[in-house]
Amino acid sequence: MNSHLPANRAETAFEDFKLPLLRDAAMVEANRCLFCSDAPCINACPTHIDIPQFIRKISTDNVHGSAKTIFESNILGMSCARVCPVEVLCVGACVYNEMEQPPIAIGKLQRYATDIAFAEGWKFFEAGTDTGKRVALIGSGPASLAAAHELRRLGHACTIFERKNTIGGLNASGVAPYKMKAERALQEADWVLSIGGIDVRTGVTVGEQVSLASLEQDFDAVFVGAGLGADSSLGIPGEDLAGVHGAVAWIEAMKLGTIDLSKVRHAVVIGGGNTAVDASRELRGLGVPSVTMVYRGVKDNMSGYAHEWSAAFSKGATAEWQAVVTACTGAGQVQHVQCVRVDTDKNPVVGTEFTLPADLVLMAIGQAKLGRVLEAMPGIRVDHGRIMVDEHGYTGRPGWYAGGDCTNGGKEVVNAAAEGKIAAHAIDAAVMGDMGDMGDMGNMRDKGTAARKIDRTGGTSHA
Amino acid sequence: MPDLSTNTGGIQSPNPFWLASAPPANSGRQIQRAFEAGWGGAVWKTLGVPIQNVSSRFAGHTIRGVQAAGFTNIELITDRPLETNLREIAETKRLFPKNPIIVSLMVETEAEWREIIKKSIDAGADGLELNFGCPHGMCERGMGSAVGQEPAVNERITGWAVKYSTVPVLVKLTPNVGNIVPHGLAARRGGAHGVSLINTIKSIIGVDIDRFIPLPRVGNLSTNGGYCGAAVKPIALHMVAALAREKEFGLPISGIGGISNWRDAVEFILLGSSTVQVATEVMLRGYNIVEDMTDGLQEYMRTHGFDRIDQMVGKAIPAYSEWGHLDMNYETVAKIDADKCIGCQLCVAACHDGAHQCIHPQQDTRVPHVDESECVGCNLCQIVCPVPECIIMTPVDNGHSPASWNEFANEGKPLRPKKGAH
Repeated sequence: MNSHLPANRAETAFEDFKLPLLRDAAMVEANRCLFCSDAPCINACPTHIDIPQFIRKISTDNVHGSAKTIFESNILGMSCARVCPVEVLCVGACVYNEMEQPPIAIGKLQRYATDIAFAEGWKFFEAGTDTGKRVALIGSGPASLAAAHELRRLGHACTIFERKNTIGGLNASGVAPYKMKAERALQEADWVLSIGGIDVRTGVTVGEQVSLASLEQDFDAVFVGAGLGADSSLGIPGEDLAGVHGAVAWIEAMKLGTIDLSKVRHAVVIGGGNTAVDASRELRGLGVPSVTMVYRGVKDNMSGYAHEWSAAFSKGATAEWQAVVTACTGAGQVQHVQCVRVDTDKNPVVGTEFTLPADLVLMAIGQAKLGRVLEAMPGIRVDHGRIMVDEHGYTGRPGWYAGGDCTNGGKEVVNAAAEGKIAAHAIDAAVMGDMGDMGDMGNMRDKGTAARKIDRTGGTSHA
Repeated sequence: MPDLSTNTGGIQSPNPFWLASAPPANSGRQIQRAFEAGWGGAVWKTLGVPIQNVSSRFAGHTIRGVQAAGFTNIELITDRPLETNLREIAETKRLFPKNPIIVSLMVETEAEWREIIKKSIDAGADGLELNFGCPHGMCERGMGSAVGQEPAVNERITGWAVKYSTVPVLVKLTPNVGNIVPHGLAARRGGAHGVSLINTIKSIIGVDIDRFIPLPRVGNLSTNGGYCGAAVKPIALHMVAALAREKEFGLPISGIGGISNWRDAVEFILLGSSTVQVATEVMLRGYNIVEDMTDGLQEYMRTHGFDRIDQMVGKAIPAYSEWGHLDMNYETVAKIDADKCIGCQLCVAACHDGAHQCIHPQQDTRVPHVDESECVGCNLCQIVCPVPECIIMTPVDNGHSPASWNEFANEGKPLRPKKGAH
């Protein structure tokens, strides 16, 4: 599937930021894990991987069992090991944080087990007995891949419709290359698809080549994992100048193709989210001498993770806090951005205007929500472009389910993987006529995750 | 500054730390380096008819990532020519006159014992240690633990050695017996000036699960070896204490078995050892561990009011008793310090799955709750808790006077109600 990726892609300039653990280091780290009861790390993981169990298996050299524990909960466990913001998820919940000791390097241990699983070519899952049911999935990113894999384990035939020519969604086209490169995401997608029975149709846009009505007619259920749309723009003068791009589009070009930064001396990234932070760090990594992030809020309020910004800052990116860009200027090619300070209510402060040199401007202020395509379908609720779903991923229109960025507005790969899997079980219950579970969140969650929890809430051994 | 010098059966030593008869005490240059590092004495690796060893000889037992927490060897006695060893003993004594060299010996006939004892003493031995303990190889030739397991043979050979020796004789005992006491008494009857224990424990340390061969592997075969290292300390402590509390015994003890640091040494001394011998930890970390052992011991003595080692020897023996004498009415319960608790709930798992189901998870906090009315005071929660002093076993004033099982059974003293026995 990934044969068409050019070898000299810009992202290949990056080395892995976090080095993989060798066996000895993995054993030492695994043996530090306390094997907590009702471990907080499990609850902090959206896919509820049984983290103490997979780490214990590493400590006994049972890597096969370890990887199986991971993939049982999260089929995208290999990429999540690399791209998850573990600092705010599992690692952030590690009880060692409470005793001022380094938390367990859960992400690195997960990478250790899953990398070996990939290197060894282990397969853990087989398709279920054919149910005769057919499910369409819109988009081929993490949500759809996780949903399709789970649906196949349950025996349902799957067809994925992908508007691009490359599968994998943002996992392939958007992940910071010092965390994971595109070919690894594509390799993972192929590995997920190798369960068989998933028909992937690339270059097909639902709503154009295939109508929503035909999907409803031809399939027993539809899962929408369409992700987000194009980069939002500010609507400021000069946006159409050469050298002004949407950040997501620029990152995709950098990851999947070649870009020329040889003439870029000053780059400006507009925004304060993780896309802005990633783009700033990537520009520095690719050798752009001056990279300035312009964010309208204060540092403490940025939606980008603090640990990611510190890493970008340490790589030489700088920031203008509480400032907005009012115009891009230049003759054909952008040369400057005009900025102004804003107050805490984000209103411009007169007399604080300033100009930054800029021969590349990336707008990282969000992406269009794709939900509007579905607004025409009665029963489906769309709020500001986000598809509204219940905790099972059900949209309210029978047969229609959704998960991932198109429902949560843009979260992590692990959120998409969790939502895809949960929706798969809701779809299974619906198409198999087992609607009794629909209202039972706990029940669905148990089905959607493998983490076994021993109930120790019972009383004493009173007779 | 507390005085670390010791006397074990007439063998004077500047401190209680001796190299045990083992690879670290194999040659003159090694023992000289050990003395330079601060070791008090050394038991020279067993002299006898030189043998030939196999490859490999050692294996480690890794416990939760701790390499060689237990250790095994299938090495035999010295493989070097007797004359070489004797020459190096003499040379080492010349260089380090104040550090005792105890020569370990293992031969068969009375004539052989007489001859090798004379040669050892002529070379400068300050004491002899009779190797009645080796559990592999030599015992199959009628020596080592084959002697140590037969009190009559032990007594007879000890008698020969004492008869021919002009220096103190220690008998090294094997732990591969049901009860150590008759063997210690046999050494005493034979006239020994002291005993050393324990030698290694007959064992198979592991199995190569891919080749289906036990460890350590010698080609396609293995054999049982001698288990030692930190993991054997509890067995050794019990055997040392069993002799130390035996009224008919009364000989000095050189303690051996899993001693890795000054704390271990203090424990052996408190249970009756006047010197301690170390091999495995030196094999794993080198001679320099003795620096921490000596100043750790000295600081312990200073803070506990001991001026000399002999004030410490056997200090914990009076408190080593039989179960029937324990106070049944002494009651403790676990108390969790909520400020220290990190919420790992290992205590919940341990109590529910491995003890008496009295520690319960709570709805609104990760800090578990101890149902003290059910807590039997078993300590398991405290043992698994990763945070020092987070769980404290706290005595309960239950209003009952002390009463042992024997006092209950023989005199009818009342016992408090049972807990956790539903």
